[in-house]
Amino acid sequence: MAHYVPHTDREIAAMLEFTGLSSLDELFDCVPEALRLAGGLDIPAGLSEFDTAAEMERLAGLNAGADLICFAGGGAYDHDVPSAVRRLAGRTEFVTAYTPYQPEVAQGVLQALFEYQTMVARLSGLEIANASLYDGATALVEAVNLAVAASGREQVEMSDGVHRLWQDVVQTFAAGTGHDIVRVPLRDGVTDWSNVREAGAVVVQYPNRLGVLDDVAAAAKVARDTGAMLIVAFDPVAAAVLKSPGEWGADIAVGEGQPFGTPMSFGGPYLGLFASRLEHVRRIPGRLVGETADGEGRRAFTTTLRTREQDIRREKASSNVCTNQTLIAVTAMIQMGWLGKEGLVDVATQCARGTRYAREALLGIEGVTALVDAPVLREFAVATPVPPDVVIERMADEGFLAGTATDDGQGNDGLVIAVTEKRTKAEIDSFVAAFEKVVR
Amino acid sequence: MSIGAGRASSAPVVGREIEPTIFELSVDGRRAGPLRTTNTPEWSVDELVPSEHRRVETARLPEVSERDLVAHTTRLTHRQYSVDLGAYPLGSCTMKYNPKLCDEAAGLRGFGNVHPATPAAYAQGWLELLGTLGESLCAITGMAAVTLAPPAGASGELTGLLLMRAYHEGVGRQRTKVIIPDSAHGTNPASVTLGGYETVTVPSDARGLVDLDALREKLDDDVAGIMLTNPNTLGLFESDITEIAAAVHEVGALLYYDGANLNAILGVTRPGDMGFDIVHMNLHKTFAVPHGGGGPGAGPVAVGPRVAEFLPGPLPVRGENGTWEWFSPERSIGRVHGWYGNALALVRAYSYIVANGSDGLRRVAEGAVLNANWLRHRLRGTFDIPYDRPNMHEFVAAATNLKANGVKAFDIAKGLLDEGFHAPTMYFPLIVPEALMIEPTETESLETLEELAQAFERVAAKSADHLTHAPYNTPVGRVDEARAARQLIATEDMRPKQ
Repeated sequence: MAHYVPHTDREIAAMLEFTGLSSLDELFDCVPEALRLAGGLDIPAGLSEFDTAAEMERLAGLNAGADLICFAGGGAYDHDVPSAVRRLAGRTEFVTAYTPYQPEVAQGVLQALFEYQTMVARLSGLEIANASLYDGATALVEAVNLAVAASGREQVEMSDGVHRLWQDVVQTFAAGTGHDIVRVPLRDGVTDWSNVREAGAVVVQYPNRLGVLDDVAAAAKVARDTGAMLIVAFDPVAAAVLKSPGEWGADIAVGEGQPFGTPMSFGGPYLGLFASRLEHVRRIPGRLVGETADGEGRRAFTTTLRTREQDIRREKASSNVCTNQTLIAVTAMIQMGWLGKEGLVDVATQCARGTRYAREALLGIEGVTALVDAPVLREFAVATPVPPDVVIERMADEGFLAGTATDDGQGNDGLVIAVTEKRTKAEIDSFVAAFEKVVR
Repeated sequence: MSIGAGRASSAPVVGREIEPTIFELSVDGRRAGPLRTTNTPEWSVDELVPSEHRRVETARLPEVSERDLVAHTTRLTHRQYSVDLGAYPLGSCTMKYNPKLCDEAAGLRGFGNVHPATPAAYAQGWLELLGTLGESLCAITGMAAVTLAPPAGASGELTGLLLMRAYHEGVGRQRTKVIIPDSAHGTNPASVTLGGYETVTVPSDARGLVDLDALREKLDDDVAGIMLTNPNTLGLFESDITEIAAAVHEVGALLYYDGANLNAILGVTRPGDMGFDIVHMNLHKTFAVPHGGGGPGAGPVAVGPRVAEFLPGPLPVRGENGTWEWFSPERSIGRVHGWYGNALALVRAYSYIVANGSDGLRRVAEGAVLNANWLRHRLRGTFDIPYDRPNMHEFVAAATNLKANGVKAFDIAKGLLDEGFHAPTMYFPLIVPEALMIEPTETESLETLEELAQAFERVAAKSADHLTHAPYNTPVGRVDEARAARQLIATEDMRPKQ
């Protein structure tokens, strides 16, 4: 058994004596006898570190998916993580720190978060960003809660262009808040807002779940006309070359920050990006880091506007978020620092180049057509002669994760394919060749 | 050319000199290494993005070299306390040592390089790990089924409350209230509100336990459930729990177990045996997932048989031919996370449980409770101990004995930072004035506890004058938190123009 309890038997005996006890079992005398577990836990006995590591290697080895060349996106992307980012994000001062409630000994995490907030605000084109939420989907839930509170109206008009899984998550939490979530349909890949007459919040994803550069201007107009808050779920990599949520007129921007330094990791831990206009600052969920000074005027950072948070406002709090994703936010800060102003534009551009190249080649295959015909950037949807699930299964046998199965919201199935900056022309060519084989 | 007015990026910081922000180190046109060469056609941004969608001004990310970035970030780590540096006697936070074995497990490519939409046949190791971890957590808590998806404790709480709601609606009941003790964590009432319920507070009695008579008075047909932490936030075991459970169940309500303090009872007793219906766990406390400066954590929710059919999906299940598959319960409340939760945090917790096993986990609880009781005895005379009787993994001291000298719990906390330790949790639970809530955890040695006790003694002996300006030996002095709120500067661009 590996163990991390340092006491020697002699120390245990001395400590028991000091506390007036005669055995370790007596420590639990306050637990009623009838509740005490007889015979121990029904799990295997502990293993040495060596044997535990072997078990972990065994399980990791069963994931054949780790060796597939990834063309899947849908909210999780196969971006490169440079060595420097991996090494720095793994520093145990960050990994094993507590929440920075004692700012005098937490300036490292606090300053990193301040820099992160600045980067997210600049990327989203909004004035303020928080210090992270759990993931893109739950960040959207918090955005909806803020928007309903700010507008005073519970009707949420959500584009069907939002990732389906995110829509599900929003729906789940609406059971508690009572918010009325209305799905606004896609028509030819673009949200059709024509039937929306009233709303407290309008939600659009950009690019949307089919990869399409949706009409955010139309969403903004509906929000303006109905007096609703505009929430834009944005892709932080695409945002390097696309108009920012702020430029489109968003009140709140949310996004999935996984592309910044975090491997795909079977879906987590990821990073909920959250930015808003300054006027909403007192309703922002989660932690916020601010700059101040110490007693001698030296610059210092601290968590701030703490009175918004659950431990102070308790049942009046508008969010219950406590532990969030600090380490992933720090990682994102380091990755954005490594890429820098030009590097992020290069990543987005290289994704878009690969996407266009792959799309044109795939559409040259007989029977493969565009699911929708609208401009895309980093992923795109195709209709295939065999069902998308079958394509994914067959392509896995060829060594590729072909994409994510979806539909256009109008009854047609499709496959969403993503190309990141990691995918070479050679990889795309062999992907296309395999694709041609499996759709026959 | 002129050399920028900024600080040299790799000149070490000395003493209490501030670290420039990464933006202050930025030099126009500088960058780190190139991207992968892909050989795809070199279309320009103008060719790739329709003009009405094109960003006009490039986002002002910093422009630094890799060397600048490494120096800057490494200097930030030197301004940061962490478990790997020293003890965190933080009550209710369970800041135990995080085994490096678990880091290595989470770093395996076979886990990290798997896209979450990968077909189950190609992610069998993941499903087996999640399924087996779920079974272990059920065995540890005495529950029937579990979801691993909630990414943090508060998310687990809200998931649990939505399960409670689905259960009552499923049996055709309208319930409006949830009872929580006055010693509860702040996330409890906030989660209750987001779950669509009203909070009713039940007081603690003179023993520091739930006042059973007061609870009975509040139980009626409007009550959906009660949220309890056991041991509670005073570190005391709710010894009437069986009677509480019977009374709650009698009105058709459910018991929710806040697992923040689960570390105290591993292998000793189980929430399921106490009568709880819904249990959340903080894997970043009990199961050694490192806290990450405030996450990522993981907050799985285990439930009894009556609630299992409402669990969020998808759940890993063993198929007939021995392979693992995804399954979503028919009456599921729906997804609570974009994918399956903080999966790599779950890998860490799994490896911790495998390494410790049934024997090791029991030893964890023994060590945690022994350390906390020893330290309570050791600090008698240094602070008031409002509930001075056998405690579990933590206890609450109070600085009320120093009030006459003008010293507050806050000052003690700041003074302890100068002694090289992290401060304890302060002013919590709310029912103890000048509270210092202390949880040493099982991974701190007797020698560390003695050193910590002496540090507390030294701080308690200091004058109010001295402590008001503490700490003195930290990278910055006492931080003006009020000013941060008064004049909000949450980004580089919010600083007042010079």
